[in-house]
Amino acid sequence: MAYPADFKYTKEHEWISADGKIGITDHAQSSLGDIVFVELPKVGATITKGQSFGSVESVKAVSDLFAPVSGKVTAVNEELATTPEKVNTDAHAAWMVKVELTNPSELNDLLSAADYEKFAAEEAGH
Amino acid sequence: MNPPVEANIRKTALNATHRQSGAKMVDYSGWDMPVEYPSVGGLMKEHLAVRAGVGLFDVSHMGDIRVHGPEALKAVQYLTMNDASKLNTGQAQYSAMLYPNGTFVDDVIVHKFADDDYLLVINAGTREKDVNWVKDNTRQFKVTVEDLSDQFTQIAIQGPKGVDTLQKLTDVDLSKVKFYWFTRGTVAGLKNVLIARTGYTAEDGFEIYIPSDAATSDRVWNELLQAGKEFGVVPAGLGSRNTLRLEGKLPLYGHEISDEINVWEAGLDRFLKMDKGDFIGRAALEKAKNDGVKRALVGLETIERGIPRDGYKVLDLEGKEIGYVTSGSYMPFLKRNLALAYVPVEQSALDNIVAVEIRNQPVKAKVVPSQFYKRPKKSS
Repeated sequence: MAYPADFKYTKEHEWISADGKIGITDHAQSSLGDIVFVELPKVGATITKGQSFGSVESVKAVSDLFAPVSGKVTAVNEELATTPEKVNTDAHAAWMVKVELTNPSELNDLLSAADYEKFAAEEAGH
Repeated sequence: MNPPVEANIRKTALNATHRQSGAKMVDYSGWDMPVEYPSVGGLMKEHLAVRAGVGLFDVSHMGDIRVHGPEALKAVQYLTMNDASKLNTGQAQYSAMLYPNGTFVDDVIVHKFADDDYLLVINAGTREKDVNWVKDNTRQFKVTVEDLSDQFTQIAIQGPKGVDTLQKLTDVDLSKVKFYWFTRGTVAGLKNVLIARTGYTAEDGFEIYIPSDAATSDRVWNELLQAGKEFGVVPAGLGSRNTLRLEGKLPLYGHEISDEINVWEAGLDRFLKMDKGDFIGRAALEKAKNDGVKRALVGLETIERGIPRDGYKVLDLEGKEIGYVTSGSYMPFLKRNLALAYVPVEQSALDNIVAVEIRNQPVKAKVVPSQFYKRPKKSS
């Protein structure tokens, strides 16, 4: 699975697109296995870089979602409430929330696609 | 995703086979075991395949303790809570070994080979403890205790098509082997294989014991995969083994049963035979019953969004902690968020509403019948 070059990534396995959409990476969905529940904040909520803003549950385990940036939630992907398995089928399309960044310079701290891919491969022990 | 194997971790004879097939491996009680097979599509698909067709599990990490000698029955009776004198040769029995205070050393399956020869099948994680326990507590009897755990590769063939799968590889008429009975016969050309109609998935199925050399184990595993192909056989890992057993309310040591939970609390008293004579734990259990049982294992289903997990707190509706979840998951076959939990007896009635604390939030849950899944009766 290719990691989109125009996304930025975290070491906690989230991605953020240029238009402020946030999701989890293909590597993350593959480690979690069958995803059965996605818990997300409401529109209008604020999220803080590095803090948990929701969770993803697979049959096996629950995993926190960590905010890659700080901002205000302007949209939530309601589709995931009924079809959480879309995260398994296409993690880079199954966005979770869309945010309006309060501090766009935070993007500079994130990983590029190439750096993230390297990080994920190392973590997997390859 | 597979980390390199630690030098001191134990491996079953099928380890290389699992790794070659791309299984995700985890350290389970000191054993390098497959948790799921991405080639099958993962835990959920494995789970559903066992409910609908057939799945193969490597359960060689389980332990096997043979107790034989002129006083073997006496020793087994003293060690376990069920009545082994009721067993016929060729019959197996669910039972447990208890501490003097009535809590669990482990749950076991007792197999009767002969009047003077029994086999106790025990859990992997408690193997050393169990072997020592059996040895230490049978010194007064004329018996020999042998740890046979390393001699066998144990494969579980589970699911409604388990019988058809295994039948293709054996000369034994499997329709004559009743549930919780066993026999010996030729399997895949190997003579004298122990074939038991037992399992841990709440399905019909068999557990076979073959010699633990890698080449033989590998060959039989692959022959079973071949034989089950027309029934959609899959290799299945510890992940689906756990969700399958949980749907069927089969207890797991360290979760539903432990050295802190007694037989009454665990609701396993239907396997407790108080009138069979003395056994370890009997006196304490008699007293515990007279004193009144204070907590009970119940089934919970969240009625608000959220999945209860092992170790989560159970709260009353005022927010006071009253118990804990022993096992919980989204159930792949039933498609419900279910858990087993210990709660005070007065909170254990069906339809009672409690809460499970999920990430610091109380999520409402209802007490439901705890045997979540019962396999359908055969129509034939």
